[in-house]
Amino acid sequence: MTAELIRGQNHPLPHTRLEIRVSAGHPVVAGATLGDDRGRVQGPEWIAHPGSPALPGIEVSQQAAADHRLALDLGALPAAVHRVTVLLALPVGAGGPARFGSVAAPFVAVTGLDGDEVATFTITGLDAESAVTALELYRRQGAWKVRAVGQGYAGGLTAMLGDQGVERPGEIATAILDAVARGMARAVSAPPPRVPDADRVRHSAPLTGSDHPDTAPTLPVPLPADATAADSGGGINYAHPRRRSAAPPPPPSAPEAAPPGRPATPVAGDATGWSMDERLYNQVWGMFEDLARTTAAYRSAVDFAESRMDQELDRVLSDPRSRVGATGDAAREAARAKCEELTTRAREALDRDLAQLDAESEVVEPALPTPFARWDNPVWHAYRVPMEIPMALRLGDLHLPERPELRIPMLVRLPLERGLWVDSGRGHSEAAALLDEGRLRRLAMDTAVAHAARLLAVYPAGEFTVHVIDPAGSAAASLAPLVETGVLAGPPAAGAAGVAAVLARLTERVDLVQMAIRAGAADSLPPGLDPAEQLLIVNDFPHGFDDRCVNQLRYLADEGPAVGVHLMMVADREDASAYGPVLDPLWRSLLRITPVADDHLADPWVGHAWTYEPALPPQGSAVIRQVLGQVAEARQAWGR
Amino acid sequence: MTVNMTKGQAISLEKQGGGTLTAVRMGLGWQAAPRRGLFGSRTREVDLDASAVLFADKQPVDVVFFRHLVSDDGSVRHTGDNLVGGAGQGGDDEAILVDLARVPVHIDQIVFTVNSFTGQTFQEVQNAFCRIVDESNGQELARYTLDGGGQYTAQIMAKVHRDGAGWKMTALGNAANGRTFQDLMPAILPHL
Repeated sequence: MTAELIRGQNHPLPHTRLEIRVSAGHPVVAGATLGDDRGRVQGPEWIAHPGSPALPGIEVSQQAAADHRLALDLGALPAAVHRVTVLLALPVGAGGPARFGSVAAPFVAVTGLDGDEVATFTITGLDAESAVTALELYRRQGAWKVRAVGQGYAGGLTAMLGDQGVERPGEIATAILDAVARGMARAVSAPPPRVPDADRVRHSAPLTGSDHPDTAPTLPVPLPADATAADSGGGINYAHPRRRSAAPPPPPSAPEAAPPGRPATPVAGDATGWSMDERLYNQVWGMFEDLARTTAAYRSAVDFAESRMDQELDRVLSDPRSRVGATGDAAREAARAKCEELTTRAREALDRDLAQLDAESEVVEPALPTPFARWDNPVWHAYRVPMEIPMALRLGDLHLPERPELRIPMLVRLPLERGLWVDSGRGHSEAAALLDEGRLRRLAMDTAVAHAARLLAVYPAGEFTVHVIDPAGSAAASLAPLVETGVLAGPPAAGAAGVAAVLARLTERVDLVQMAIRAGAADSLPPGLDPAEQLLIVNDFPHGFDDRCVNQLRYLADEGPAVGVHLMMVADREDASAYGPVLDPLWRSLLRITPVADDHLADPWVGHAWTYEPALPPQGSAVIRQVLGQVAEARQAWGR
Repeated sequence: MTVNMTKGQAISLEKQGGGTLTAVRMGLGWQAAPRRGLFGSRTREVDLDASAVLFADKQPVDVVFFRHLVSDDGSVRHTGDNLVGGAGQGGDDEAILVDLARVPVHIDQIVFTVNSFTGQTFQEVQNAFCRIVDESNGQELARYTLDGGGQYTAQIMAKVHRDGAGWKMTALGNAANGRTFQDLMPAILPHL
């Protein structure tokens, strides 16, 4: 039976002798890198590529082609190899396309020697990338598994190899592409493009984040309901493939529909859904999309107006007759006026839409239920412990520079599909650069506590458990609301022994639940096992962590979300830089959020960089303590 | 009242009884022609794809097709790819909705094209048409039939372009060859 993998999903491999088939519809380079137990590629002799096609246990083809067959004998690999990464790259400089976004989505399949497919993966959603890591085959507890990766690199092979810890990646990338160019010169002609089914795979909403050059992993904004369902891995997706979960955009304020002074009045809950919460959720996503699109229209018009003006000014300059004198001045003036006129009209259209969204936001924001509401919303003062898990949770606000006052609630689906990373590093944000390091770390921990409190509050009594690792006890002040109200599973774990104990407990839990699910015996779990969703807040990483603990943490990040164990890392990536690329998958698997405003999140439709601000209680507000106090009371009342 | 358009004919997209149109739909429908011979009942599937290219002053700015179903600004939406065409007759198999009021101010022309993705020429297609419908009331404004198709795999159907404060539609009906709209760009440019 073939497993159709999605990004991030893994699958056990039944044999060690395998073939990996690649169909791309267009000539691509296929290669593989070997990694040691820390994921590091030890040197150029650990890379199989067209210039060096055969290594012990693996053989790749010598030229770029639309279809590849890579032979792989996992048993014949050197014992030091723990990971095989299959990579694809476009043959740059061969006159072909330079980005995967302009060719069909590549399709890879892992097959046995008899040709039976074990697992397949269609790498969708690529855009400007010219190299992509397709699959990862890795050794876990003596057995081999395959994971669908699909991580693209706009910086090409150089960036990819650099990310894997190869020294002088540029030289090796050049050597690979040179070998391909020689191979192409040898080849008679490129094979005709195939029309595989994968060719027709549609790109779903692109999951790109803003590409800061040194944070290669992009940080997707969660998709609306239908798309996340497809992404969550496993299970059947009952969502209609083409039905929008978001409401249709609010009626455009067409001139004849809305006479001046009387625009269509927006109403909260004006979207589809089975409950008011679902309608509001869909309405918020509708507003998010509308703001993204109307801003895209505006930016596109302004860009066009400016580039046209530049061209016209160039033309005036290059014409000797009009370079000086009245004709030239008039032409320049005309070009500027044209640009001005178009920009003004674009701004009018934008303002019309923004006014509509402002009005909608004004009615929607006060109508939001507690899980979606800001901390300063009065609904929190009437807080009652809920009986049901809500559909989503507000993590903060998103806005664009065109209208900073217009805040879109950033809602993520519950149960969480991935962990969170509250970045306590200085990063790239202007707001973070203004704060000193200690203040920023404090803010990061406060943010984490606010998110954890919100999660505790929106789950029914006893259905959400929070653990904290604070090795040096440095976050005691931030953690006070959680500790003093008694809503934690235990006191924050301190010291190396405490860290190890908490991680061991949660790892064991993941193992047990996984085993029970695989065996189809979910009701045979030990009676002492807490059935609640688990959240682990980790402060000060990697302080207090030994290698074993780091591996357990990675395991929790990989396997935890599927069985209800989530991570919330409060960390500066710089602090863990000694671990090198081995931790990259960990950071990538988490949704990065910041304690201060930072424009690092991209929408799934056009990929604007949105400024995120965390949902925090107003200065001096006691709302978190009040809410947590009620949570603690309810737990006692329910005996949980 | 449907206007059966001929090549090069232009109509103004105004509502009957005045007023401008706010939303139009370009619908595309087709059937695979049955093959003659012993296995005559075995028709081969034909996949036609409708695309719309948005131009600002003759520069392509955005494109809506099966890989990019909504223009970035949200004004042009493709209802989704149909890989086999109509089993019956009449209905639109693929449609592109244009919300004219939301088209960005710098976009002045939208060109609609049809490509045969599977490579059959229009000779192997029957009952193919392209029509423009007023989306607000479902009334058909214009219909253009692709019959009499020859040895080509694409057609530049029509364009919708700004005309003063309103919009006009011009039937183009130009035959071309190509699998997706990218291949058609050189053929589109002379019509702008």
